[in-house]
Amino acid sequence: MTPLDVAFAACGLLAVVGGVLAVSTRHVVRAALWLVVALLGVAGALLVLGGELVALVLVLVYVGAVVVLVLFALMLTRAPIGPDRAHAAGPWRAAGAAALGAATAGLLATVLVPLADGTVAVADVPSSAVAEQLFGTWVWPFELLSLLLLAALVGALAVARSRPAPSGAAAGEAAGEVP
Amino acid sequence: MIHLAGPYLLAAVLVGTGVAGVAVRRNAVLVLVGVELVLSGGLVLLVAAQASGGDRWAAGSVLPLFVITIAAAEVVVALAVVLAVFRRRGSIDLDLPGAAGDAGR
Repeated sequence: MTPLDVAFAACGLLAVVGGVLAVSTRHVVRAALWLVVALLGVAGALLVLGGELVALVLVLVYVGAVVVLVLFALMLTRAPIGPDRAHAAGPWRAAGAAALGAATAGLLATVLVPLADGTVAVADVPSSAVAEQLFGTWVWPFELLSLLLLAALVGALAVARSRPAPSGAAAGEAAGEVP
Repeated sequence: MIHLAGPYLLAAVLVGTGVAGVAVRRNAVLVLVGVELVLSGGLVLLVAAQASGGDRWAAGSVLPLFVITIAAAEVVVALAVVLAVFRRRGSIDLDLPGAAGDAGR
């Protein structure tokens, strides 16, 4: 056990505990906040593995933007403050989901862990090398990503905005048909 | 020096937790929490590939950035769809009957 192993185990434990609580808690807002804890643990693990840039972007984008978006969506869909009893899963469903998750984790672990061939020295990839490759080898996928983000932005606006008045009445009728 | 079994085990457990979260949640917004956990497991695997020194073109650092960006775009569109469904049906319960019928009209 090297110090890096100990640091990785601590961050991984934080990530796993946060993840398990995020998927199992009854409070919807606390689920989003436990996701923050899990993602901070993952960011720490990535930092130990030598991916400083990835860890920083993870914290910036996931914790800073995605979790805030999830919290906004929870508020806009009128999430209850206390435990969410309207959407509580039954015991059989919880047991089935836990079994499914354990089976997935077990399957992946049995495939991946034999591939780990001993200890390795963490490769040091400086950020300047990452930038060089990002804007050299990977420049076309990078530019396509900006198109994807633009399409997602326009698409999200088009889907989520309220309808204008004439078709809004039709939407109101359609919503009225649903019991 | 680090043993590679740690990152692989962490990725497997994160993906399993995320799959369980997707399966157990009835609130459509909270399904996304499980999806995020699955994606973070993938990130751990990619960066572990870089740490073992086996990647070319700095793929272990660049591909996670791409995954994070695509995940952010996916979450934005998914939440927009959830909000539109909530406005139309007044509920985001995934078990509510009639969800398939709504798509047909």
